[in-house]
Amino acid sequence: MRLNTTTRPGAGVRERNGMAERPVEERIRDFEEVDTGMTPGEAMEEAARCLQCKKPACINGCPVGIDIPGFIAEIAEGRFSEARSRILEANLLPAICGRVCPQESQCEGACVLAGKERAINIGALERFAADNGVAELGEERPVSLAGRRIAVVGSGPAGLTAAAELARRGHKITLFESLHEPGGVLVYGIPEFRLPKAIVSTEIERVLALGVELRTNTLVGNAVPVDDLMTFDAVFVATGAGLPVFMGIPGEETNGVYSANEFLTRVNLMRADCFPEAGTPVKRGSRVVVTGAGNVAMDAARVARRLGARVILVYRRREEDFPARCAEVRHAREEGVEFVTCAAPVRIHGTPSVTGVECVRMEMCELDASGRPEPRAIEGSSFIIDADCVIQAIGTSPNPLLVRLLSGAATGRKGNLVVDEDGRTTVPWIYAGGDIATGAATVILAMGAGKRAASVIDSDLASRPEGEI
Amino acid sequence: MYRVVEARPLADRVHALVIEAPHVARNAKAGQFLIIRKEPGGERIPLTVSAVDDDRVRVIFMTVGATTHQLAELQPGDTILDVAGPLGRPSEIPSGETCVVVGGGVGIASCPILARTLREAGNRVIGILGARTAELLILEDEMRTACDELYLATDDGTKGRHGFAADVLKEVIESVQVDSVWIIGPAIMMKVTSEVTRTAGIRTWVSLNPIMVDGTGMCGSCRVIVNGEVRFACVDGPEFDAHGVDFDHLMQRQRFYFEEERHALEHHHATRCGCSGEERHG
Repeated sequence: MRLNTTTRPGAGVRERNGMAERPVEERIRDFEEVDTGMTPGEAMEEAARCLQCKKPACINGCPVGIDIPGFIAEIAEGRFSEARSRILEANLLPAICGRVCPQESQCEGACVLAGKERAINIGALERFAADNGVAELGEERPVSLAGRRIAVVGSGPAGLTAAAELARRGHKITLFESLHEPGGVLVYGIPEFRLPKAIVSTEIERVLALGVELRTNTLVGNAVPVDDLMTFDAVFVATGAGLPVFMGIPGEETNGVYSANEFLTRVNLMRADCFPEAGTPVKRGSRVVVTGAGNVAMDAARVARRLGARVILVYRRREEDFPARCAEVRHAREEGVEFVTCAAPVRIHGTPSVTGVECVRMEMCELDASGRPEPRAIEGSSFIIDADCVIQAIGTSPNPLLVRLLSGAATGRKGNLVVDEDGRTTVPWIYAGGDIATGAATVILAMGAGKRAASVIDSDLASRPEGEI
Repeated sequence: MYRVVEARPLADRVHALVIEAPHVARNAKAGQFLIIRKEPGGERIPLTVSAVDDDRVRVIFMTVGATTHQLAELQPGDTILDVAGPLGRPSEIPSGETCVVVGGGVGIASCPILARTLREAGNRVIGILGARTAELLILEDEMRTACDELYLATDDGTKGRHGFAADVLKEVIESVQVDSVWIIGPAIMMKVTSEVTRTAGIRTWVSLNPIMVDGTGMCGSCRVIVNGEVRFACVDGPEFDAHGVDFDHLMQRQRFYFEEERHALEHHHATRCGCSGEERHG
């Protein structure tokens, strides 16, 4: 795995700030990282562009409130470990955030240079500091005598962050995970070439080193009855939006139709790319159709390319309406993913296995509530795209398993847990955050919710006498 | 890590493992399943809970693919990397009814715990076990203890009635007022056997075993069609209304990785067990 970028492979493409990427012909043959990060020189140069604003807007754009000018100033001075320490104060998962945060719509979007020249590449700098600094957490606050037992359900971004923040405040945390590995979407969803699993596991080790007790293979509700959960002083529910959404078109139950969740889990978590050395198979497909155009669709398409398939991505709106990050769309295109826009699948053909996807052309009509033109099917425009594998990446919804067991918990239209702005559910001492509360969103928003809820849980518990339920 | 405390063959290619897994054993109920991953890089495979005793849980499986062959090699004292469960919904247990529990082949594994649970809830329980041949009629003693009456059938007539479990079930429902029936076995057996109770309008449950990955509702690999609707066997099941199940669809999806499974088994034989790999893939 290449993390340090002092040596740069091939003739990499340079982005605005100098973050190099491996050449396409090399990277689509493996699962190693596409972005190779900045060299120390590039990082210092980029950091020197920061204006060190008196009232930094970038911090307001960061859901976990990292002292962005502070760590950038350290990088500019060549103090990489100090930079890393600065970030760790606010964010225990910097190597992850530096890679997967949509910085363009957060910190970088708020950067005062964004309008004039180019926003500071905060994401690449965060990643640089995380990868190149050697600092770990400093002295933690003394273990609080008032430390309580808190259950955190789900070890994805929200759960990890809440667990870490609560442990730092001296509480005794049990972190429950239903899968065999912690990390949630970081391990089953985001592919290795965007977020190496070794990095995820290093960052999770840091959380566990705070004294967090991790219990894998433990589906709360089944392996831990809700009554047992209620014996904790507080519970933070972070079970994510793991339920795949299918389109509901005929032929969807044909062999060869995957949810993006299944396809990605087979490859990312179960390493089906290494089958049969790894025990879990996946159909590689020779022509794969991916439906949807969000980040998950791009991930699925790029994984399918690496497994050797021709990949056609179908989306009912225009390319400028793709919900995915620009960089992901660009990477997918560079890697040979073909886009069929203004087309919607209406039927999947084949028995018992997929042979093709029937689509209709869509015309773009008046603007809808999202501010985009509403797509409408053009009658008689149907056509078939040959395919032997279909991956549906049209979204996920909140995981209902634990929610339906929490009596008294109010739920929203999408099956999400209803929470107030501090993460409190309608059940006393049960809090929630991340995708289970918001519906499918981003890693960093989930982390922000975990961090905020942790601080609220801590202060709520502080005002509650010991032993009182 | 989970310790294997007992490992023994029950019949040709049928093995029982008793595993120390307190969180599963203490919470598991009839009808639920667990997921085992033997080692790093291993496949997650779902197995029905066959019995629980204190902190221990028993599973019974047939060696079919590479993973089940690996599990069959385990000895007492060995460890299994991951055991997750209990998963799925427990059986819906009535009371004061006459119930029939029909087990076919390795599906018999989950019958004793179900029969016992039904009986403890105040039901009269009739058991029917069917298998290809006498040797495969496993757990007869346990079922005899758990049921009020027990009938046996073999396809080749080597034990009990010469015929199918479905034939016995037909006779039972003709002679006794039966309220609920459970049928647990291979998909084709459940399909055929549940036809017996359809015309009689008897509530019938089957335990479905589609291919799964996570077993927690996350991937949708295990989707089945029941009464025209798509359901996830891992979280909505595994037990469903037999008369609404699209068994042909289930069997079609079960065969999806046939080629890969054969490949994995050959790989297993070539690299792990040292045999010629000529054993037929079942």
